[in-house]
This record gives sequence, C-alpha cells and structure tokens, in this order.
Amino acid sequence: MSRLHLSAESVPALARHARLRFDRNRERWVLLVPERVMTPDEICVEILQACDGRATVGGLTAMLEQKYRAEPGVIAREVLALLQDLADRGYLIDREAA
Amino acid sequence: MDDRAFTEPGPARPTAPGLPMAVLAELTHRCPLQCPYCSNPVELEAASRELSRDEWQRVIGELAALGVLQIHFSGGEPLVRRDLVDLVAHADGAGLYTNLITSAVMFTPAKVAELAEAGLAHVQVSLQGASAALAERIGGFRGGHARKIEAAGWVREAGMALTLNAVMHRQNLDELPRIIEMAVEMGAQRLEVAHVQYYGWALKNRAALMPTLAQLDEATRTVEEAQARLAGVLAIDYVIPDYYAVRPKTCMGGWGRQFFNISPSGKVLPCHAAETITGLRFDSVREAPLAEIWQRSEALNLYRGTAWMQEPCRSCIHAEEDFGGCRCQAFALAGDAAATDPACAKSPLHAGLFSLAGAEAEAGSDRFLYRNFSGGAPEG
Repeated sequence: MSRLHLSAESVPALARHARLRFDRNRERWVLLVPERVMTPDEICVEILQACDGRATVGGLTAMLEQKYRAEPGVIAREVLALLQDLADRGYLIDREAA
Repeated sequence: MDDRAFTEPGPARPTAPGLPMAVLAELTHRCPLQCPYCSNPVELEAASRELSRDEWQRVIGELAALGVLQIHFSGGEPLVRRDLVDLVAHADGAGLYTNLITSAVMFTPAKVAELAEAGLAHVQVSLQGASAALAERIGGFRGGHARKIEAAGWVREAGMALTLNAVMHRQNLDELPRIIEMAVEMGAQRLEVAHVQYYGWALKNRAALMPTLAQLDEATRTVEEAQARLAGVLAIDYVIPDYYAVRPKTCMGGWGRQFFNISPSGKVLPCHAAETITGLRFDSVREAPLAEIWQRSEALNLYRGTAWMQEPCRSCIHAEEDFGGCRCQAFALAGDAAATDPACAKSPLHAGLFSLAGAEAEAGSDRFLYRNFSGGAPEG
C-alpha cells in the first residue's frame, strides 16, 4: 500500500467503512469510522456530502467558493488539507486513481 | 467521617449519564485460542447461558434507540456463533456501525463474503506474534498464524476496513518491528500495539508477561519511528503498560460514561473486567430494558462522575480527565475499587508497583497458564 495524494483532479469518495450519518439522538452529523466517532462541523458535512465519487476536488472547491467569501486560494487550500487528512486516515478513496 | 463531606458535599446523586457511544457485545466466551492474557473473566460463561439470536436482536434495537452508534462484536471468538451474520445484518439495519473482533482462524472466504454483504464495516484481527512458532505457542492453537494472514487478505478483498491488534508483552516484544511490517504487507489500515493490561487471566500470568523497562522504551521508539515513516499508509495506536506509567489511563473514558459491555449471558458491565470487582451486582438485559439499566443500574452509578472519589483523586486537577484511572485495577491492587488506581504516581502504592513490575520482568518464569473453561491449563 502507498499513500494516497489528493490533488484538484482527484475524485474523492468516502471509503466503504467511513459512514456519514445523521445521529437523531444527538441531533448532529457523525462520521463513523473504525474505533472512532467524528463530529464534523457544518461546512465539513457539506464537503463530505459533496464527495460523491463524481465531483473533483477542484469542482467542489468551486462550488464552495460560490457560496462562501474568502481570500483567493484559501478555500482551495483548506478543502485539500481537510480531504488529505481524511485520506491519510484511510477514510477517503480517489475514484480517479481507482 | 471526613470533614470535607460538610464543606464540599458534591452532588448528592451521581451525575445523570449521557448517551453511550459504543458497546462491546461479547457473544460468547467459547474460543479455539487459549491466550494467557485473555480479557474474558477467569470464570467463563457456559454456552448454555448465552443470549439467543432473538434476545440479541431485541437488544440491538434497544442499543440503537438508546443512542449507541457503534457495536463491537467480540467474544471469545464471535465466529463460533452460527447466527453472527444475522446479528451483523440486524445491527447494520438498525444504523449501528459494525466491527468484528476476531482471531480470524475460523474465517472462510464464504463467511467473509456473507459478513461483507450483511454490512460489516470493520474487522479487527488479533496477532499473537510475527513468527508462527511464537504466535502459536502464545495462542495455544497450531496452524492459526497462517490462517490469520490468509483471512486478512479475504477481508481486504471484500472491501472491509482491517485493523490488526497486536497484544504485546515480554515474550513477543522483540518481534514488534516485524509485526509492523506484516501489518503493511497485509494491507491493514490500522495497527493497535497494545501492551497487556493486567486483569483476570493476564493478572494470573503477569510474571510471564511483564516487559522490562528497556523493552518498553525500545517499543515506544519503534512505534514512534514507524508512525512517522508510515503516515498515510498505516495508523498505529499505542497502549503502554500502565505499571510503568506516571498517569493512569482514562479507563473506558470514565465508568458508565460512554461505553459498556454486554456479557454472553446478558449482563451489562461498565467494562469487560468489571466482574473482577467482587460484591457488585450487574443487571441483565434478560431482566430489564436496556435504557432502564443504563440509567439506574446500581453498579453503573457507583463510580460515575467524581462524587465517589477519595483523596488524592478528590482534589486532583485531573479528576475529570482520567476519573482516577481504572476501578478494576484499584480493586485488584489496592483492595478498594474507590481507591486511586495504583498506576497513578499520586497513589501511595505506585512506587511499589513500579518496582514489582521490574522484578517480575527480570525474574518471572516464562511459563504460561492458558485460558480455558476449567480455571486454566499450565503450559506443558
């Protein structure tokens, strides 16, 4: 196995064992992964929902840039950092690479 | 009576419990392996006492309703249960994240495929060592090592997440670098390097298992180097042996706080070792609804929060972080489950524990007492 390096061309999707669910008891989104329950914030949930195995990282960055104001490049950098972190934990796959 | 009771009464009742996150479902205590550090109680529960499939399915529904998000199917060896696939499917259908904790020696390609089809998300396979000779001596099961390696491949091919759990002690620590390389070769995403925790069977075998301080330091260096080198390839979680620690572990994230355990016969326990504390009465899912047990169980409420604490825990700034460490270890080593865990440097017993660990590591016999249903079998 080797490390998955994401770029703007990558097509990220949640791995089979990373499951994004709405937790009705606590009324919040959770990302269920081996041995852990992660609690993504609102924007992170939006990004994870956009990781549908069709959109590229560049495409979902553009979608967020339309919706949120930020200095040029900031959203792209933050989205890539978030997704690379999730990929490093083994929770994301790249449909493009697959 | 302690004067502090008048000036700092603390809550009159234990803090109301929050919602539990995860449950360890011990489906059975039957297992083909006989590891001398098994986390099951020394008095194993007979197959005739095990919850039926229908009982487990009811309990799984109650778990989801109560707020539990993850279920860890464990044992003994959960693959011994013929209804395992049904239980996994039921849990997945109820929205629970499913994990199977197994020795993997009973896997077949067909069983792996059925479990994947049932929705199983994660499989955690135990490793007893890197070499077949040592691993099979520790597990007391010939031929098991090669079967594990083969089965791990099937798990990966079926698309399930794979964690390897390597329980480490004096007799296998020298194989740790090779175990890490095996985890990479087997395609695992995670490796747990877990030093033995001494309860039940492991406490009986402590002199044969306790590492030397030099071994511990070497293991910590090996793990830290591998964590850096394998970033993004293999995540390594590390559990140190707490006899050599300064601060105690936050056992179970606090007693009755986020996790609990259901024994094969349905007893609701704050952790898998809690029955080692004699005198506690645990409620069974056969007698009451789970939500009621979680709220009202006397045993669960006994050490919830911090109001039960004595000094030095009571006034300690870490009281809400580590909850005084482990109640089972306090009972086993200090004779009082409400005492400070002797693994904590603030415990009056800590220095004695540290030197005892060193002495056992140097002079203890390597001979195991294997786990079985009749109180253990000495290594021949």
